[in-house]
Amino acid sequence: MCSNGNAVGSAANAAQEYMSDSAPFDEMYNADGSVRDPYLELDAWLKEQPAQALKLMSADAEGLFRRLGITFAVYGSNESTERLIPFDIIPRIISAAEWRRLSKGIEQRVRALNAFLHDIYHRQEILKAGRVPEALILQNSAFCPEMMGLDPAKGIYSHIIGVDIVRVGPNDFYVLEDNVRTPSGVSYMLENREAMLHLAPDLFQRHKVAPVETYAENLRRTLESVAPENRQGAPTIAVLTPGIYNSAYFEHSFLADQMGAQLCEGPDLFVEGGKVYMRTTTGPERVDVIYRRIDDDFIDPLTFRPDSLLGVPGLFDAYRAGNVTLVNAPGTGIADDKAVYTYVPEIIEFYLGEKPLLNNVPTYNCTDEEQRNYVLANIEELVVKEVHGSGGYGMLVGPTSTKAMREEFKRRILARPDNYIVQPTLALSTCPTSVKAGIAPRHVDLRPYVLVGDKIRITPGGLTRVALKKGSLVVNSSQGGGTKDTWVLEE
Amino acid sequence: MRMLGRTAANLFWLSRYVERAENMARLLEVGYRMSLTARREGGASEHLVSMLQAAEMDEAFNAKHEVADVATVSHFMLFDEENPSSVRSCLLAARTNARSVRTALTRDVWETINAAWLEFSQIRPRDVTGARLQDVLQWVKQVSNQFRGAMTGTVLRGDGYMFSTIGGYVERADNTARILDMKYYVLLPRATLVGGDVDIQQWTLILRAASAHRSYRHVYHDRYKAANIADYLILRPEMPRSLRFCMIHINRSLDGLSEIYGTRQDCHLAAEEVTAMLVGNTMERIFQHGLHEFLTEFIARNNRVTETLSDSYNFY
Repeated sequence: MCSNGNAVGSAANAAQEYMSDSAPFDEMYNADGSVRDPYLELDAWLKEQPAQALKLMSADAEGLFRRLGITFAVYGSNESTERLIPFDIIPRIISAAEWRRLSKGIEQRVRALNAFLHDIYHRQEILKAGRVPEALILQNSAFCPEMMGLDPAKGIYSHIIGVDIVRVGPNDFYVLEDNVRTPSGVSYMLENREAMLHLAPDLFQRHKVAPVETYAENLRRTLESVAPENRQGAPTIAVLTPGIYNSAYFEHSFLADQMGAQLCEGPDLFVEGGKVYMRTTTGPERVDVIYRRIDDDFIDPLTFRPDSLLGVPGLFDAYRAGNVTLVNAPGTGIADDKAVYTYVPEIIEFYLGEKPLLNNVPTYNCTDEEQRNYVLANIEELVVKEVHGSGGYGMLVGPTSTKAMREEFKRRILARPDNYIVQPTLALSTCPTSVKAGIAPRHVDLRPYVLVGDKIRITPGGLTRVALKKGSLVVNSSQGGGTKDTWVLEE
Repeated sequence: MRMLGRTAANLFWLSRYVERAENMARLLEVGYRMSLTARREGGASEHLVSMLQAAEMDEAFNAKHEVADVATVSHFMLFDEENPSSVRSCLLAARTNARSVRTALTRDVWETINAAWLEFSQIRPRDVTGARLQDVLQWVKQVSNQFRGAMTGTVLRGDGYMFSTIGGYVERADNTARILDMKYYVLLPRATLVGGDVDIQQWTLILRAASAHRSYRHVYHDRYKAANIADYLILRPEMPRSLRFCMIHINRSLDGLSEIYGTRQDCHLAAEEVTAMLVGNTMERIFQHGLHEFLTEFIARNNRVTETLSDSYNFY
């Protein structure tokens, strides 16, 4: 009994220590140390694991990922061009009811954003109605005048979307970014599940976890559903990649493989008579749908950047003629521009006549003097982001910044107020994460993946990114973030 | 779904590079062994130099090094990034090709190549001496064996498999022909000093480089003889590194391609021309014609197979 008592005592201490580091909202433990419902089985399982089990599993996971070549490139790092994104062995769990609410909100957003894109590239009603400032759209570098009046198949612009969501309370979800251009990371969602099934099969047996493996099949169906109508027979699908040195090359090849699509680089494709062909061992073969993982600027040197070696000359004309579908459409970036983001609640109400189901993070506009003064006075509590930045680069997190960094950002904001958006620092939820000293709370976000074609398909869960540094709120892999398998429980 | 011409080219070269890495390891193994057993002053260096000649690396080597010893030669053949045929360059090229065609490979094949490169890049060149050198060479050969095993065991017998197989055998035939050509004079009948120490050493070198020094006895039940050795590595259909064997398998794969695509192409003709040099031929006639001339022509015609294959199937 005595030794039992000690064990309980030390477990209580461990729990206390855990809670002292966790955010106001931890997804596994309530403030009183009790376990939230979706995590009850996980809690029991963790208590059954021998001391070193999690560490061994983590080591196994790393070996597994490296062998499979699941790596990403870090720009500006010369130590090694390929790195692994650390994988955390403890899954993040979302209940069926939570997911229902989330996915409704996500679906609402992507419907509104596609309607917005269609409007912006046609009659521009929302600008005429004065609900979104004209200059913000028409003078935005993400606006693509070449898309005006063009009618993409089924009227869909953004087919593949990754919505970045953070949680700050049991029912408080905020959308950070909509990512409607070419969101990446879905292969990690899929491989994380494979790794988890391999490493902890017994944990799956204790839960009913909604499958994510259907993603590739759903992606294929989505792409087929938006093929040009004038094609003959089953559509030929190609994934267009910048090549093996791109940071997401693994994902490009992975998705092509899973879908049974052709993985092409620019030089593999050519345009003749307004149609797109690939160079095969038996000569040209027509291509109907291109899932392009190349940025707008680079897809066609004749229409966009003339120095691009990655794209296909004439591709945009073939697209305009309706002979090929580009997924996502060029010009979708206008819908996830950080400055346009602040208008998404307006956009939802304007096109759908509904109240937004998911929150936007309140955002300060630095071109407004009053707001700018507030920002400059309170910068240590705020997050500053570059309007066109991504991947966690060019960003200031006030509470964890140094004085020098804050002064630097103040200077930059004053020099170019339109180049920054500023938001309050959100207390991102924490999840239990395997660290050197055992299990500790770390901040997480969530990127669910949405497919828009003949219907809207949302894969249950998505990619959970976790900031592995204690207290850090930056989850990007380029800044030392890791990932977790994300489970949506079925009822 | 039809295959991209680039994919076909990548698969062809993937196998060629793996095969080349293996051949480099074999040659170095022989050079190292011979240098250990050299009994004359300067003999060790001579063996290493003739081995470099066989690999057609002597000029590039001489441009960088003044002395050919085990340390300089093994570093050059294993690790030198500027040597396009070093094991390092071959494994990296193989992995780069494999990465580009990741979707056309099975997981087993990819993992073999990927793991080989990761493991090789962990080796510190200065640790590779003596016994460790032999371990590394053995490991390179195992990688190649494992690659072929993964190909044979897991890859669909479609056009991709055929392109890859042809690449491997074209490289092997080229390598065997070059080794023979380098030492052709010790195989000429008139030069034979029966039982002469020097010749036996040279012959052993040739046979070892082809992993043929033991199996030779099983086939010929005789001591090493020049005519037999040439016959073994040129005409014998059961010897897996002989020119004849390579051509049998190149032709089989080309037949496979013509079945899949429904047409015969220039590369089929080119391979027939190479085959015609071997089928029904005898060593006596080859010696009469001139062994060196024969091998030079073989190498040129074998190159034609690569050229015409590239044209026929839109490699780029």
